[in-house]
Amino acid sequence: MIELEGLTKRYDEKLAVNNLTFTVRPGVVTGFLGPNGAGKSTTMRMVLGLDHPTSGDVRIDGKRYDQIEDPLRYIGALLDAKAVHGGRSAFNHLLCLAQSNGIPAARVHEVLDTVGLTGVARKKAKGFSLGMGQRLGIAAALLGDPRILMFDEPVNGLDPEGIHWIRTLMKSLAAQGRTVFVSSHLMSEMALTADHLVVIGQGRLLADTSMADFIAKNSRSYVRVRSPQRERLLDVLHEAGITVVETGGGALEVDGGKAEPIGELAARHQIVLHELSLQQASLEEAFMRLTAQSVEYHAHSEAPGGTWAQPVPRGEWGADWKKGA
Amino acid sequence: MAMAHVIRSEWTKIRSVASTVWTLSAALVVTVALGMLISALTRREFDSMSPRDRLTLDPTFISFAGMSLGQLAMIVFGVLVVSNEYSTGMIRTSLAAVPRRATFLFGKITVATALALVVGMATSFLAFFLGQAVLGPHGARLGDPGVLRAVVGGGLYMTLIAMFSMGIAAMLRSPMLSLGVLMPFFFLISNILGNVSATKKIGRFLPDQAGSRILQVVPGAADDTPYGPWGGLGIMVLWVAAALIGGYALLKQRDA
Repeated sequence: MIELEGLTKRYDEKLAVNNLTFTVRPGVVTGFLGPNGAGKSTTMRMVLGLDHPTSGDVRIDGKRYDQIEDPLRYIGALLDAKAVHGGRSAFNHLLCLAQSNGIPAARVHEVLDTVGLTGVARKKAKGFSLGMGQRLGIAAALLGDPRILMFDEPVNGLDPEGIHWIRTLMKSLAAQGRTVFVSSHLMSEMALTADHLVVIGQGRLLADTSMADFIAKNSRSYVRVRSPQRERLLDVLHEAGITVVETGGGALEVDGGKAEPIGELAARHQIVLHELSLQQASLEEAFMRLTAQSVEYHAHSEAPGGTWAQPVPRGEWGADWKKGA
Repeated sequence: MAMAHVIRSEWTKIRSVASTVWTLSAALVVTVALGMLISALTRREFDSMSPRDRLTLDPTFISFAGMSLGQLAMIVFGVLVVSNEYSTGMIRTSLAAVPRRATFLFGKITVATALALVVGMATSFLAFFLGQAVLGPHGARLGDPGVLRAVVGGGLYMTLIAMFSMGIAAMLRSPMLSLGVLMPFFFLISNILGNVSATKKIGRFLPDQAGSRILQVVPGAADDTPYGPWGGLGIMVLWVAAALIGGYALLKQRDA
């Protein structure tokens, strides 16, 4: 369990992390989501005691990171796959880490095998591809067989096979009852791997919710209608008291409704339809709406925050706040 | 035991990078070879020297002539051992494994110092014996008064130079910046300050000037140095301690 309590990091005048309080629970994959520069990496560095918080506190099962004896046996992290001396072989890189925490050298061979780097174990790390470097970083994280794992953007720059491998690995680690805390700036990635979601923007906590709740709240459904008799259809829908949004390409969108009543309505008025389909707004959009609000919140602090869960007319993301909230 | 683990780990680190081997072997080869060359030149010129110069001839010190250049390789060793962590980003991995920064830094410095001491002593003894062999009849023997002190002192001097560089590198982090400060300092500034009469009194309290006093067996005729060989080495130790404490203080409060 990782507990953050009012965690704050200020660089000169900029607040990189602003009063974050949340808990990462064991046995699930917790996704840590935010746009680039939201403060995810800074937060993770503070968890590992690499950066000192300006105020607030991070506890790992009640302890500060530097109070943990042999921390690699307790929490394994991949923050930056490039944090390796390129002149050292993969084996020696892992060996020096293992020795520093009293982990037997045999374990180095095991993790090299797990990540599939046994064949290049004696090769210098500077010759590694991005994917191999990422695997080496994950090997280092797994070295101490830790109960808590933390990955910062682990799929960045990986090929599809590598991405699939990491997703499967994270799921299996969580299934073994471990705490898995993984950051990403891609909502779609989180939707596939995370059970719980922590969203930050501009260093602030925007959401701390289960993935299922987030989807239920944010996946707006709407009906898309396309007709050659567009004006007539608009009138008919308007008469029926149905709110319609016109979008580009001649399509109309009806929020929240079902397809059937619209189809029946059109049939009664003998309107030709070329398309009648139920659409699901993507989570990526919901995420962008959410984080766009955080920008707004900082730009005009008098504007009401926390409106992200309300349905927003479909269109370009952030169009709602451009119109003026 | 955390410290024992860190020392094993740092030993793996230091032996698994190429720079360790080439910096330390350069320190040894340059010091010994240049010392032999200067010794050979001295032997050839001996007959044309004034009687005064013959009397104050310090064969031990002559065989250490290569140290002024060889110490630069020791500086590079000391700088790279510490700043490699920063230039490669390895520091974040290292501190995540060993979050207690004193344990991390002093574990690393212990290992690097032990290695520098072994190589420094080997260099000093080799430079002495080969230098004396070249000097032939004008050479000194290890049993002569003050000679063993000077030879052991030579090994200690090389080690302390490496340690001082580690402290500076821990403060400055960047290898280029550290070398850019240390190289001109030891190669130029210290020599200039030590040889211009106006600044000589300050110059001789600089780490290399004070520390290298221990290399001399026969002090020059006009020697008015206010400290002896061990006193000079003591001054150098104070510089080293200051550099290491400064390095630790910055490492402790800085974000990695």
